[in-house]
Amino acid sequence: MNRRDILRRTAAAGLLATPAAGLLAGCATGGGGDDGGGDSYRGTKSEQNPLGVAEDAPLEVVIFNGGFGEEYAQAHQAMYTDRYPKAKINHSATQEISKTLQPRFVDGTPPDVVNNSGAGQIDFNGLVSQNALADLGELLDAPSLDVPGRTVRETLLPGAVEVGSYDGKFLVMNYTYTVYGIWHSTKLFADRGWAYAKTWDDHIALCKQIKAAGIAPWTYAGIHPRYMSWPVISTAIKFGGPQVATAIDNLEPNAWRSDAMRMAADAWHQIVKDRYILEGSPGLDHKQSQTAWCQGKAAFISCGSWLESEQADVTPAGFDMTVQPTPSLGASDKLPFEAIRGTAGEPFMVPAKAKNVAGGLEYFRVMLSRQGAQDFTRKVASLTVVAGATDGVELPFGLGTVVKALDASGTNGFNWVYNNYYRKLERNLVDAACGEFFSGRIGPAEFLDQCQKGADSIAQDSSITKYKRAD
Amino acid sequence: MKHGKYPLIATFLVPPLLLYVVFVVSPYLQAFQISTTDWLGYSAEANPVGLANFKALWRDDYVWNALKNNAILLALVPVLTIVLGLFFATMLNMGGRKGRAGVTGVRGTAVYRTVYFFPQVLSVVIIALLWKEVYHPSKGLLTSATNAVGLAAPTWLGDPRTAFWCVLAVMIWSNVGFYVVLFGAAMSAVPKEIYEAVMLDGANRLTTLRKVTIPLLWDTVQVAWVYLAIFALDGFILVQLMTNGGPNFSTDVIGVRMYDTAFGSETKFGYASAIGVVMFFLTLSVAVLALRMGRRDRIEYS
Repeated sequence: MNRRDILRRTAAAGLLATPAAGLLAGCATGGGGDDGGGDSYRGTKSEQNPLGVAEDAPLEVVIFNGGFGEEYAQAHQAMYTDRYPKAKINHSATQEISKTLQPRFVDGTPPDVVNNSGAGQIDFNGLVSQNALADLGELLDAPSLDVPGRTVRETLLPGAVEVGSYDGKFLVMNYTYTVYGIWHSTKLFADRGWAYAKTWDDHIALCKQIKAAGIAPWTYAGIHPRYMSWPVISTAIKFGGPQVATAIDNLEPNAWRSDAMRMAADAWHQIVKDRYILEGSPGLDHKQSQTAWCQGKAAFISCGSWLESEQADVTPAGFDMTVQPTPSLGASDKLPFEAIRGTAGEPFMVPAKAKNVAGGLEYFRVMLSRQGAQDFTRKVASLTVVAGATDGVELPFGLGTVVKALDASGTNGFNWVYNNYYRKLERNLVDAACGEFFSGRIGPAEFLDQCQKGADSIAQDSSITKYKRAD
Repeated sequence: MKHGKYPLIATFLVPPLLLYVVFVVSPYLQAFQISTTDWLGYSAEANPVGLANFKALWRDDYVWNALKNNAILLALVPVLTIVLGLFFATMLNMGGRKGRAGVTGVRGTAVYRTVYFFPQVLSVVIIALLWKEVYHPSKGLLTSATNAVGLAAPTWLGDPRTAFWCVLAVMIWSNVGFYVVLFGAAMSAVPKEIYEAVMLDGANRLTTLRKVTIPLLWDTVQVAWVYLAIFALDGFILVQLMTNGGPNFSTDVIGVRMYDTAFGSETKFGYASAIGVVMFFLTLSVAVLALRMGRRDRIEYS
């Protein structure tokens, strides 16, 4: 054996090793089988125990260890063990939900509660179409833990159930309530004497003023440009009414090319044309763009209400971030200026093959109790889907403005769910189109064409299960 | 002595072979099987669909776009890395010629050798994050440098026109060091007399490199070629961490497509396995071709 042989052979080994990384994904499909249900834990239902929890059954909870951390979950688990002292809770937290749990789903031994969130989130379309999730309907009709005379359903904010429902079945409990809007610093605006504009024309005039003052009016997460799809779609919905969103969610032909979407895209193109976006934004990720915004390099940014806690360590004192709805296009808008996108987020689920399904549902009942929700809001500065749970809780400035915006929006609030139904459509296809549009490489018509092409490719893909959103 | 030979060989060979079959060969075979199903990855149910996944692949523009990028990488990364590697190795081993006779490297060879090897010591993840900051569109080293000489900097990773080349540059940067060492080691095995003879005949450095060094190093260059070709067909970690295939799919590679299909925006494990199978055959063919085309007579020194 000489040097050449050795090198050649190692080269051959390397050759075999590379694609193996991907092929490893192919672990056993043969295993598992239908052994769920057989040895699952069930207790007797009673008034005290409406879900029939076996009080000594262990409960395994897997938490996404992201912006909210895991401490809040341990508090909920303590509340659970207060009720069922004999139950042993197995808590774990990870950032890689899909990679950690995929083999266990295949094997038929998933945990009882999964917080399916973050970049490693498992695509819900795949989970739902494989019947991997337990129906949570029973939870909604169970009495609330600490609001007397109300069922859990009656304690939730509007829209909370719809977001987690697939073809009428409530499968995913989204715990937080997130508001999506346009953010600015109250301090910066007060110092300069600017006021947030309620109409698009005024917004453009304000952008001109801001730019003249030497500050970029806008910045955005160029690496994740889908953040900018939110204000565009919101503008369109406010102009054309909620059916604009329903059409997009239901993958209707030309939904992205509706008049309302055209009007909105044309309007937003103005900030690109007039160079109202911070130089270099297309190369920034969400964290970098938000930090530039916190440093006062840009006046506006589009984000959800997690922004304040995500930026907590870099926000200067007295910055006082405020969320506002997107400006109205004109007097003919179907929804008033105050209408804002609010939706339940941070998904939790109970796998269908979990050993302790009843315990999982009961754990959700604990989370959705007023005490559990208040504790969460206090710990992580985020709203929950439990109505009125912020009463008596002191909120940080930004979250206070979120509550105010929600109150003002009231029944005019709107939402879309295509991102839950078809993760790829928002994460890949609309995302790429937004990147082209907001960096000025394509115009509004091509932008909508590219989004429509993405939606059509999902609609035509027979391997993707389709869901219909009720009006 | 001869008596106990086979039990001994078996004791040493069977366990590793078994491990190899269980952990390498069997997943491979299974991936072939999974690629003919519609498995969605979160249940034990998978229906056979024949070659439907491969037919869908054939019409998948995103896969073709990723393959195109891999093809460009395959054409450029090995050539550029090997050329740079050979150049640096030559300079370090026989670049310093001024003055006295003999074959030595340029001044500071030891320092350079260490510095070139740095990227090899860093984890690929660190390299990706490091360069992401270098390419930062407002605070990055590269942006500041470009601005300092009075030029307008592009947004590097944020622009489809530049992003791919930025990633390609990092791939070459992170690989060159290893090949400098590899070629350097091969060069030191070449007898000095040959070089001294060449020098006496008055050949310049370029001729020496072309006519003497490269032919004598051909085996090593060929191996480098195979390694780099495999690397160019992969490139997954760097791309995923630096751009995740964006902007607008301009840096997408086949490995990212496969990962995204199974673990990212979808859970189509059957389809992802089909991509993996295609990748397997592509890599295999490229490696075989590289080895075949480079076949030459060997030179023995003694």
